[in-house]
Amino acid sequence: MRPLSNGDFRLDPRDRGGPLQPLLIARDLRKHFPVKGTGGKSVKAVDGVSFTVRKGETLGVVGESGCGKSTLARLLLHLVVPDAGELVFDGDLVDTRELPVDELRRQVQIVFQDSYSSLNPRMPVRDSVAFGPFVQGKKKQQARDIAGEMLGKVGLDPDLFGPRYPHELSGGQKQRVNIARALATDPRMVILDEPVSALDKSVEAQVLNLLRGLKRQFNLTYLFISHDLNVVRYLSDRVLVMYLGRAVEIGPIDAVFERPLHPYTRALLASRPSMDPARRIEEAPISGDPPNPIDPPSGCRFHTRCPFAETPCETTDPALGIWEGPQSHVAACHMHDVASGHSRLAYG
Amino acid sequence: MTDAIVLDEPQEAFEEQALPATRVRGYWQSVFYRLRHDPVTLVFATIVLLIVLAAVFAPLLAPFDPYKESIVGRLKPLGWRDHPLGTDELGRDMLSRLLFGGRVSLLMGVVPVLIASMVGGMLGVIGGFVGGRTNTAIMRTMDVFYAFPSVLLAVAIAGAMGGGMANGMLALTLVFIPPMCRVAETATTQVRALDFIEAARASGARTMTIIRYHVLGNVLGPVFIYASSLVSVSILLASGLSFLGLGVRPPLPDWGLMLSTLRQSIYVVPLVCALPGLAIFITSICCNLVSDGLRAAMDVRM
Repeated sequence: MRPLSNGDFRLDPRDRGGPLQPLLIARDLRKHFPVKGTGGKSVKAVDGVSFTVRKGETLGVVGESGCGKSTLARLLLHLVVPDAGELVFDGDLVDTRELPVDELRRQVQIVFQDSYSSLNPRMPVRDSVAFGPFVQGKKKQQARDIAGEMLGKVGLDPDLFGPRYPHELSGGQKQRVNIARALATDPRMVILDEPVSALDKSVEAQVLNLLRGLKRQFNLTYLFISHDLNVVRYLSDRVLVMYLGRAVEIGPIDAVFERPLHPYTRALLASRPSMDPARRIEEAPISGDPPNPIDPPSGCRFHTRCPFAETPCETTDPALGIWEGPQSHVAACHMHDVASGHSRLAYG
Repeated sequence: MTDAIVLDEPQEAFEEQALPATRVRGYWQSVFYRLRHDPVTLVFATIVLLIVLAAVFAPLLAPFDPYKESIVGRLKPLGWRDHPLGTDELGRDMLSRLLFGGRVSLLMGVVPVLIASMVGGMLGVIGGFVGGRTNTAIMRTMDVFYAFPSVLLAVAIAGAMGGGMANGMLALTLVFIPPMCRVAETATTQVRALDFIEAARASGARTMTIIRYHVLGNVLGPVFIYASSLVSVSILLASGLSFLGLGVRPPLPDWGLMLSTLRQSIYVVPLVCALPGLAIFITSICCNLVSDGLRAAMDVRM
């Protein structure tokens, strides 16, 4: 098993909780978006998700489209205000006097998927990068200097690319600018919301390597959201699997990829196209579309598509096991709960 | 499980294929570049400029005092004695009156649009950005004004407040605020949904800072284009108000008012009577064509 990569992690000068305090704890986060014309029903985009991100690690988040990954990313920065649940950043409860949202945003930044729309089309990219430091109190010239330096760090010549407008850059270059923009305010944690999904494969590899290098250089913690399992495996130390607004499995990356516990994770992993033509997928490992998040299925949300579904799955909502440490690997599935009454107990 | 992509360790130097060393052009620079290569717009812009200059320098250009009446020289045709464009029903020199009238007409064309773009634009940006109930409140109020045809609304407001140049301008301003507000609101709503607004918020920027640095620059274009197209409408409406006696009061020269008072003499000196109308027509059509050119130059997806 690959050692978790925070061995060379240095504590940030702003650190408050010590090395063992997780950098971010999300507890039972919930966000329901009301849908007009349904009589008060709502899309349960994120419905009780809990996890921790340790200092210096990369937590991958995977799941199908529409499972709430991006909403989760926005909840973590309070760009979308959670309906319920709490966030603890380095021991401080977010959105209280302990850690106001403004203060959180000095320490956590985000990179969006769409590199085009995340840059102001009427602003030279250097000014886009300088905006963060400027808003956080730097003088204009100082902010511009930081921006130039950050552009250099992401591999763009500040004199050549700084004065350009977004439409004059390629997708990969724009995403580099976005990464520079996120890093310009010197954050401790960066949320990467599908940062490479819109890029072609060769550029994707470059950007992933850039992200790896920057993590080491700036001592960062990543939350890396993607639907591409290979990319997640390449970058992450641990992985959280989401299904329909819920966390269904969480564990160290190799453990999850080699011994997936939840049938959904298994299906997800099996759906990857194989490099080996002999192991071609003949049948879709998972059938149908995800159920409507307005009316999620009762009990286990996956039971409508699960090959092992039994009575308890339809009635009881399985809980995600208790988090017992960095190596703990747990799944929200009745097959891993002795008390559930499921006939196929797999003591994983 | 060996399908994970194999990548090299991070390289220190990224071989970035530099774009060809083209001259970097900002948005406004590229607009001017396109305008420079649009001869039609350039020609009409020159005409508009000449009209504006003629109005500004009317005191220097006018051969006579526009208020000087003459009992004997009433309603004379084009080219009569020293009057190249003839005289009106009180014997005043038409050329001088047209030049001075241009000042009033252009003022009535530009000032209401300017004020309306600022007020309406601000309301639209605020409504569009804040959204929710604030937006509904602002936009539904605007819809109330929309319910009336613009001419009727202008006449009603000017009529209720009484004539005069200031009241005429106020009436026109009120007429133009709702459409201006709608344009700004639409543009703002489109911009607001983009990720860079969210990214700015994630950097800790306040709403007003985001509006100032990220929204205004993107809304200015559409608002400016629309405002330029309203200038000719405003000139026409202002002339209409004056024609009906609700705008400028005599003896102040104004194209609409001149048209109104001269129309009784249409059988005496038809060409002279047509002159103010011609001035209105040329000015408004030139403004419209320049506005179209601006739209073509500015309305570019980048």
